[in-house]
Amino acid sequence: MNSLQNYLLLSSLLFSIGLAGALIRRNAILVLIGIELMLNAANLNLIAFWRFGPNPAALTGIMFTIFSISVAAAEAAVGLGIILAAYRHSRTTDLDHMNSLKG
Amino acid sequence: MTHLVLLAQQLDQIFVIAKHWLLGFVPTAAQALVSAIISVVPILIVFPLLFAITTWLERKGLGRIQNRYGPNRVGPFGLLQPIADGIKSLTKEDIVPKTADHAVHFLAPVLLVAASFMGYAVLPIGRNMVLMNLNAGVLYFFAIGSMMELAVFMAGWSSRSKYSLLGAMRAIAQMISYEVPLVLASIVIIMQAGSLSTVSIVEQQTSYTGIWPHWFVFTPWGFAGFVLFMIAATAESNRSPFDLPEGESEIIAGYYTEYSGFKFALFFLGEYIGMFATSGMAITLFLGGWSAPFSFLTWIPSYVWFFVKLLTIISVFIWIRGTLPRLRMDQLMNLAWEFMLPMALLNLFTAALWHFMPAGLSRWLVCTALVVVPCILLSRGLKQRKKFQVRTYHYSE
Amino acid sequence: MNTIFLILAAISVVGTGAAMSLRNAVHCVLALTFGFTGIAALYLQLGAQFVGFTQIMVYVGAVAILAVFAIMMTHKPEPAKPSTFSSSWIEGSIVAAAVFSVLAWAVHSSSFSRQPSPPQPDATVQQIGVALMHHFVLPLEIMGLLLTAALIGAVVIAMDRKEELK
Repeated sequence: MNSLQNYLLLSSLLFSIGLAGALIRRNAILVLIGIELMLNAANLNLIAFWRFGPNPAALTGIMFTIFSISVAAAEAAVGLGIILAAYRHSRTTDLDHMNSLKG
Repeated sequence: MTHLVLLAQQLDQIFVIAKHWLLGFVPTAAQALVSAIISVVPILIVFPLLFAITTWLERKGLGRIQNRYGPNRVGPFGLLQPIADGIKSLTKEDIVPKTADHAVHFLAPVLLVAASFMGYAVLPIGRNMVLMNLNAGVLYFFAIGSMMELAVFMAGWSSRSKYSLLGAMRAIAQMISYEVPLVLASIVIIMQAGSLSTVSIVEQQTSYTGIWPHWFVFTPWGFAGFVLFMIAATAESNRSPFDLPEGESEIIAGYYTEYSGFKFALFFLGEYIGMFATSGMAITLFLGGWSAPFSFLTWIPSYVWFFVKLLTIISVFIWIRGTLPRLRMDQLMNLAWEFMLPMALLNLFTAALWHFMPAGLSRWLVCTALVVVPCILLSRGLKQRKKFQVRTYHYSE
Repeated sequence: MNTIFLILAAISVVGTGAAMSLRNAVHCVLALTFGFTGIAALYLQLGAQFVGFTQIMVYVGAVAILAVFAIMMTHKPEPAKPSTFSSSWIEGSIVAAAVFSVLAWAVHSSSFSRQPSPPQPDATVQQIGVALMHHFVLPLEIMGLLLTAALIGAVVIAMDRKEELK
């Protein structure tokens, strides 16, 4: 069990924690940060493979991670904007109550 | 003559030599840890001492600007006033509101002070005297600086008071808005120096032509960048004229209304330490770090020059605080997004043009024009045109 | 270096676990920030300096603050104590546990995890910059477009629409 395996296990643990949070929590914002956590776990995976994998000189892992962080930030901004608009409409962030499309 | 040169060099490196001498007493296994501790402890001693001196300087300086004496009872010229302040803040009762969030209320000043001190790790205080020579040093500094906003939010939210929350939201909006011109102004330097490492940025400014140094502030784009960086640094540290989030006549004390005693002192300390760190970064990027201003003054040790420049910038901060009135919130935000952001982007373009034009008088003229003309045009275009009407006075009859 | 990895992994897991299970939403985001810092420290330990500091700057300095602002704006003062977890929490936890077990089994039984570790590669900022400008210039430009679109879109979506109704 070498270092790469440690990092992969850690990132799958973080991914499943994020997935559990996204599936279990009631507040829409906390679901969104669960998704952010899943993206972080994937980034950790990428950097671990860059470090321990073949051909680290191509910097592919690092590049992928930089773009993933940018996309995650953009998606968090848009997602929170949507949550704010939905809150303004239905006066709640409780996902159990937002279960019909009829306004 | 070489005797004196050797003496000057040894005086310059005296702290490095002392550290190596101390490390000689430690077994090899523990040397890395002890070396880290020996490097960190002086930072933790010197900069709070500088903070104490600055509080005295500020109160005396502001007093004189406002045509009054500052504190002059405790010790000659009030020099022992910081000690009295310290004793007062340590012995005051620590009041926490009953509905406050105790854990977050406690952690907010801790996070602020920790984030402020961590910024000193990449500042080169003298020749060979930097704590960590990171390859991405400037990025580290701005990343740590962005943690301070979280501490401000924690302070404002956990106090459960309307003044705190309002002050926290204003402070975060201001800090986020001014972070953009701050980073853009320093990107110009990074572009020209070709490296994010603070040590290599300073080393590129240590040469002289004749007696004039090669500091980046003596170029058109460097000067514009320096001005933008200083304005943004004033706003980032919530100092006047940008101190709407914490002005006493406005909002009591903003996000630290509900703090008293030692936690308030920690907030005060954290803000000033953050101000020193940002000034230190301005010195590193624009003012040549530890290099002397004239080539015949290089015999004075490098750390002396760093602190001279730091004290000069602090005095200018105090001077500006005593002179300019406070900006309103919308004026503040307009300044950041409508004036400073376009100027910073134009500055980037000017620096790129400087890099590709051949050296000579023409590039000085073109770049200076490119920096000065849009500044004048933009500031005139953005001025609010208020037509003053004839005043009518109503007296009670 | 295993002890450092264990400490940082413990920080990340405790922070994110607390983030997903605390009752108060602001406490959740602060615990998540703690977890993000742990992950950034793991990046630094793996030798990716630029990515580690970018992670702190973007996630701790921007995304966390976005989240707390959104919580502040959608905060209703003390409703009638709803439960933290939604009504389908059992199915959610079973799914998450299943995903973790499948991933862990896949990692454990793969062959690349039995090879020796190669020496530490270096990723200086100069190399990243050169790669961004030569090999990865198309993703860089697309990222610029994407961020602009996201900025404008988020502002338009979250804007107050009362002026249009008047």
